[in-house]
Amino acid sequence: MSEPIFSREYLKRRSFIELSARDRAKCLFDSQTGRELAGPFDRIESPWLPLQNIVPQADDGCVVMKGIIGGQQAVVIAIAGAFQGGSIGEVSGAKFSSALDLACLDNEKGVRTNAVLLLETGGVRLQEANLGLAAVAEIISSIISLRKFAPVISVTAGTVGCFGGMALAAGVSSYVVMTREARLGLNGPEVIEQESGLEEFDASDRSLVWSITGGRQRYNQGLADVLVDDDAEQIAQTVRHFIARGIPTVHRSEQVDRYRSRVAALDTSRQWSPEELYAWANHKRKEQP
Amino acid sequence: MEQFEFSYPARRKVPKRSHVGVVGSGDLEVLLEPLEGSTASVCVRTSAGGFQKIWKAVLDRFFSRYDGAARVEINDAGATPGVVLLRLEQAVEASEK
Repeated sequence: MSEPIFSREYLKRRSFIELSARDRAKCLFDSQTGRELAGPFDRIESPWLPLQNIVPQADDGCVVMKGIIGGQQAVVIAIAGAFQGGSIGEVSGAKFSSALDLACLDNEKGVRTNAVLLLETGGVRLQEANLGLAAVAEIISSIISLRKFAPVISVTAGTVGCFGGMALAAGVSSYVVMTREARLGLNGPEVIEQESGLEEFDASDRSLVWSITGGRQRYNQGLADVLVDDDAEQIAQTVRHFIARGIPTVHRSEQVDRYRSRVAALDTSRQWSPEELYAWANHKRKEQP
Repeated sequence: MEQFEFSYPARRKVPKRSHVGVVGSGDLEVLLEPLEGSTASVCVRTSAGGFQKIWKAVLDRFFSRYDGAARVEINDAGATPGVVLLRLEQAVEASEK
């Protein structure tokens, strides 16, 4: 384990995790060029939550901003993890995929437009079941259309993490940026515990949960491209770096054989400790970069 | 979910609209918009049932000091009175900037 860091520099940083979804989005743009689309005063809220006696949010927990990042057009879509676990409903999902589709249209017209997704989400909003599922499918298909023209950069900073269908959205994006505090996984820890038992995964053991699904392990497994500190400026710099780098030669989700062979090589007949898994994935990464 | 409407007398125009907060556990969002005329109207939607008297007391106190003509919408996820007052003051500060 690495030594805890209590340096002056670390304490002086501006935490990205502590920012609201709106402020997270805003801080990525060049000199305050970000302007919000379909914001809270447009009141495009969920029509389904009040019917189930749940208080809605004026922006349905999805912030869309357009502006300039690293000198290029970009759209940033930020999910508010604090509202309904950052879940994707009909409205937040429609805002998400429409923003990506508009970016795609701009690219087709020759205006290069990049996308940055700030994912703090448990996936589909269960109260809007089928509509939420349809929305996530649309988001994934919109990302796949857009990534041919410009990079789609997913950032998961924490501490909600990125789970369910939205982990697939992160999986098909061009680049994935994580902090140590972030988590990424298809099934959330509670779901695994409920389905496979406490012996399989103890969801109440936060240290175990983070050491399996957290940024350090996921980066080492090659599921994230970079591991960053919880630092707004460092994250903004990383986003600019990937926008400048452009579309990757091969997307992660196109490397089916590479990732399938890794899963096949893992002996799942026994329990692996997080450290063993880390060492195994590290070895695999060096063997097959 | 419960919903209440309140209104208070107002004496001055509000410079601009503002939005603060999030509908997350123990928190709330406030949307404040300038209104024509000499009233402030408040709409509260809250996840915690049975607290109408407390909402009235909190808002009475707030509007004993605030005299802007505004439409205030509150979406609440079980915030305490202290948090409600802080968010209202934050919304006012943002609308005066």
